[in-house]
Amino acid sequence: MLGFIVRRTLWAIPTLAFVSFISFVIIQLPPGDFVTAYVAQLRNGGEYVTEIEEAMMRAQYGLNDPLLVQYWRWISAIIFHGDFGRSLEWNAPVSDLIWDRLALTLIISTLSMVFTWIIAIPVGVYSATRQYSFFDYIFTIFGFLGKGIPDFLLALILMWVAFIWMNLDVGGLISPQFEGKPWDTAKIINMLSHIWIPLVVLATGGAAGLIRVMRANMLDELRKPYVETAYAQGFSERTVVWRYPVRVALNPFISTVGWALPALFSGDVITAVVLNLPTTGPLLLQALKMQDMYLAGSFILILSVFTVIGTLVSDILLAWSDPRIRYS
Amino acid sequence: MTNTTTNLPPERLLELKDVNVQFELREGTVRAVNGVSYHVNRGEVLGIVGESGSGKSVTVRSIMRLLPKNTSRDDGSILFQPKPGEEIRIDGLSSKSKKIRDLRGDAIGMIFQEPMTALSPVHTIGTQIMRTILLHRNCSKKEARERAIELLRKVQLPRPEQLVDNYPHQLSGGMRQRAMIALALSCDPVLLIADEPTTALDVTTEAQILDLLRELQAETGMSIIFITHNFGVVADIADRVAVMYLGQVVETGTVDDIFYNPQHPYTRALLQSVPRLGQSPVHRLKTIPGMVPDPFNVPRGCTFNPRCEFAVQGTCNVEVPPLVRFSDDQQARCHLAGKLPQEVA
Repeated sequence: MLGFIVRRTLWAIPTLAFVSFISFVIIQLPPGDFVTAYVAQLRNGGEYVTEIEEAMMRAQYGLNDPLLVQYWRWISAIIFHGDFGRSLEWNAPVSDLIWDRLALTLIISTLSMVFTWIIAIPVGVYSATRQYSFFDYIFTIFGFLGKGIPDFLLALILMWVAFIWMNLDVGGLISPQFEGKPWDTAKIINMLSHIWIPLVVLATGGAAGLIRVMRANMLDELRKPYVETAYAQGFSERTVVWRYPVRVALNPFISTVGWALPALFSGDVITAVVLNLPTTGPLLLQALKMQDMYLAGSFILILSVFTVIGTLVSDILLAWSDPRIRYS
Repeated sequence: MTNTTTNLPPERLLELKDVNVQFELREGTVRAVNGVSYHVNRGEVLGIVGESGSGKSVTVRSIMRLLPKNTSRDDGSILFQPKPGEEIRIDGLSSKSKKIRDLRGDAIGMIFQEPMTALSPVHTIGTQIMRTILLHRNCSKKEARERAIELLRKVQLPRPEQLVDNYPHQLSGGMRQRAMIALALSCDPVLLIADEPTTALDVTTEAQILDLLRELQAETGMSIIFITHNFGVVADIADRVAVMYLGQVVETGTVDDIFYNPQHPYTRALLQSVPRLGQSPVHRLKTIPGMVPDPFNVPRGCTFNPRCEFAVQGTCNVEVPPLVRFSDDQQARCHLAGKLPQEVA
């Protein structure tokens, strides 16, 4: 087991090097660069920028250097100094921009995943054990609706409901009067009154899909002979269902924990934009639009680190839960 | 319900009378078990033989009350007498009832056909056995574990102290079936139901498992209902035999009766399709003409008549045959029972 973890960790290093290089290259691929985008923005705003000024900016940012030199400048600073470079657009260190957002994203996505599981697993098990019952159909309808309604639309509806009917101020994670204040009880309560909307939105979409997955897995498992064996031992239905087929049906869930992590970081951009959440998604979107390559590159690098760690974690979890994997 | 007025003779462990089971499918109704009666005495091995679809597995599932959800009819009388004088009526019990759950795994153990999939893949052998022991016996985890190891030793598995912590996929098919037997014997059942336990195994392993079951039976004095489609296996292990065809018991008798003096044409045909030692050499083994009829269109009269070489038109395809009794043990459900021409050996 220890050897497995060490081997996997060592493999992560070349993977990450490769991913960081590829992402850096891809960000630079579209015609033009950050200066082109920036100057276009200035000109739209009515300012006058000469060609010479443009060329000077380019030289100042080192954008005329060959790609490999730029990449090396960026990656060596990260490796040797933990310095992710400066965001060209925000004119601030990348680290200042992303760590707060990463932490918030991590909180929201972890909470929404926990809620998703709390909803999806019992409902999926119920639907499978009472297949074609009244509530199975109800949950199926809910599942398709939840899958079918776009997250951002649900977010808009919930915001409207919360604003009109419940008199809550919505959008963002903290009310303006708490902005920049130290974290105390009042601020945390204020945050909790905001955070439920993104949680409901994210958990509904996720749970709708996972209910179907859990139901299908359970239907497969319930037909297996070991379930009948368990019944033949005299266990009650509840014991049989939760101790045997559910344990096996959870394995696909466990193996996808790792993918859920990066998906939650980048996947809910639209919802985050609609809800005005200070998470990573909107910032990454903006960085890519502006070709702000150090910011975007660092983001993608951190996302890939999370993906690699997530995959490793889910592999370890799966090995822990499924002995067939552990020993082969 | 435990009746104080006993209707069963004391040597009787289990008695089925006129058990019927029907399933509702999209294509129609299937009469899987059609008035089956048989009994098991204490310390006896009853072999049940029949082709697939003859209802032999469904009948034992109705004893265990493990019938599928689409069961539309389930009646007849099933009486179980774990101790002389203590009679339990099993028929009519809900599959979730406490009464049947107390019997399952305790007084009645069951082994299944597929040793590869009949054990939980994510629990150790020991955990699975211990759970059953802890469910039915009032004992500590440590005692349950010791008992699990002892059971694994009893089914002649090597290194039981280590095997107890192994997972099913680490064992070979034969070893898994031994572990399955250990699980079924967790609480010293008086009745072991074995549903084709050797069908999925190779012949050598099959012989070893049969030896083991015979030894365990002799040692514990339990009764076994042994389901198989293989007459050779029946000869090996059973004291009495019930032959099933299309949801009915067509003939019952002792092993000797069935093998040397079969009275039902179906039993005869089955025996002729199996090579026997001492048989005069034949060019080809006989086969039974036709196929098992579609369960939605069971033939009128005797269900075997379209495939029977002795069938008399006007009788066999019209009237349901009576049960003809030959001796205390042997009975056959055939119009021609006792009138069949002598077999040419």
